[in-house]
Amino acid sequence: MLLWKDVRVELRAGELIYATLLFAIIIVLLFSFSFLGGAPPTVEVMAGVLWVALSLSGMLGISRSFEREREADTLRALLLAPVERSALYLSKLLSVSLLMLLLCAVVVPALCLLFGMQVGDAGAWGRLILLLTLGIIGFAAVAALFGASLGRARVREVLLPLLVYPLVVPVLLAGARGTYAILYGTPESLDDAARWLKFLLVFDSLAVMGGLWLFEPLCATE
Amino acid sequence: MATEAAQEPKSPPALQTVEVRGFYKDYGRQRAVADVSLTLRAGQLTALLGENGAGKSTLLGALATLIRPTRGQVLYDGSTAEAWSPLALRKCLGVLSHEPRCYTDLSARENLLFFGRLYGAFADAAALTAACAQKLVEVGLQRAADRPARTLSRGMLQRLAIARTLLPRPQLLLLDEPYTGLDRDGVALLSRLMAAERERGAIVVVISHDLDALGPLCDQVAVLLHGRLRAHAEFTPGTCDGAALLRLYQQASAAGAEPGGGKLRRAEPRS
Repeated sequence: MLLWKDVRVELRAGELIYATLLFAIIIVLLFSFSFLGGAPPTVEVMAGVLWVALSLSGMLGISRSFEREREADTLRALLLAPVERSALYLSKLLSVSLLMLLLCAVVVPALCLLFGMQVGDAGAWGRLILLLTLGIIGFAAVAALFGASLGRARVREVLLPLLVYPLVVPVLLAGARGTYAILYGTPESLDDAARWLKFLLVFDSLAVMGGLWLFEPLCATE
Repeated sequence: MATEAAQEPKSPPALQTVEVRGFYKDYGRQRAVADVSLTLRAGQLTALLGENGAGKSTLLGALATLIRPTRGQVLYDGSTAEAWSPLALRKCLGVLSHEPRCYTDLSARENLLFFGRLYGAFADAAALTAACAQKLVEVGLQRAADRPARTLSRGMLQRLAIARTLLPRPQLLLLDEPYTGLDRDGVALLSRLMAAERERGAIVVVISHDLDALGPLCDQVAVLLHGRLRAHAEFTPGTCDGAALLRLYQQASAAGAEPGGGKLRRAEPRS
């Protein structure tokens, strides 16, 4: 129900989707311009650009999503409603993840087009999609926790990335290394990709459990 | 008849008293509220009066479990909020604040349906839909029911916020400046709705500067000045009015200005 509300509000407003998609495309374009005329970018660079674009535009979307709840003070209305805090947290995590998955649907083709990124066969696509999904869930699990709990803190727009980025370094690292391993496509690199996938699975489990545990006390009272 | 019964929300736990005992709230080194004690009873409407920054909204926030006391307690039927199941206690609460707290990209009807579902106050979807439609008629928004809330005027948004707050029939109703943005008809409508809630047996607490509108509804009045309870009075139904509230407020202000003033006073004894 909470997720339905977030999706419905976003479909009506379209504000987050368009802003974050445009921002992600701009980031990829800027990177592509910076390599113009030089040697073709390596797969390491492509993997890096993918995760930088995702994390920057994802943060913009998450920040705006919570700001919208605060502007109308609806976050307070949700906190006052007889709903488990865990349900509020999970709904925000899922809506943020959906938004970031949508970003992937634009950023990955943009990289294929502008950087000549080649993913390979269906198996490689499957691994890449799984890696992106796990990375996004880990990122969203941390961001949703702090996005909601910063409440009415001053300079929260600045605080949110300052708190979230250091905590999601493992996600970005695993995401970039895993993507590189998948794009490289040798049997050894695919083993490496499997290890990064497992790492992300463990990180996600810990981040979601931590989020569920901390959301209540962080949002409880002033 | 059967339809009407189906529309009746499932009753939240019947809260009979809320007691504020020696409540203090500090924000850093700033003391917002000091030593406030007050008992709120079912079927009574209590007005909280005071100048801006007197601590009224802080007290209301504490009653809504949003603000934790620095010292003192808020007891719900004799138990602290921690002793209650959080969901059961929040089910009893209806809070109307300065902000309408509505999703502006959803229609008025969708907002009510969403919050109605969130409170799980109705037996099924059909009962909820019918109750939302009825509530929209009650607050005079039936024609604007399917318009996005962002296209509604301030007064209409306030009516929507009132409908959202009253829909699950909360037992503890906390209203912070509920007359904000309402026209003359809206003021009369809100007064009728508050009287109906009180008759139903809800505990109603209202912060307002509109003394004339609020006066005839009051059973109890508390005046806060500089975070302290400066006056308190109880009235038999129908004996209070705007002038009585103003008198009480002026007496409290005068007492608060005097050195050593600020003792609890009873302006008009309950007859």
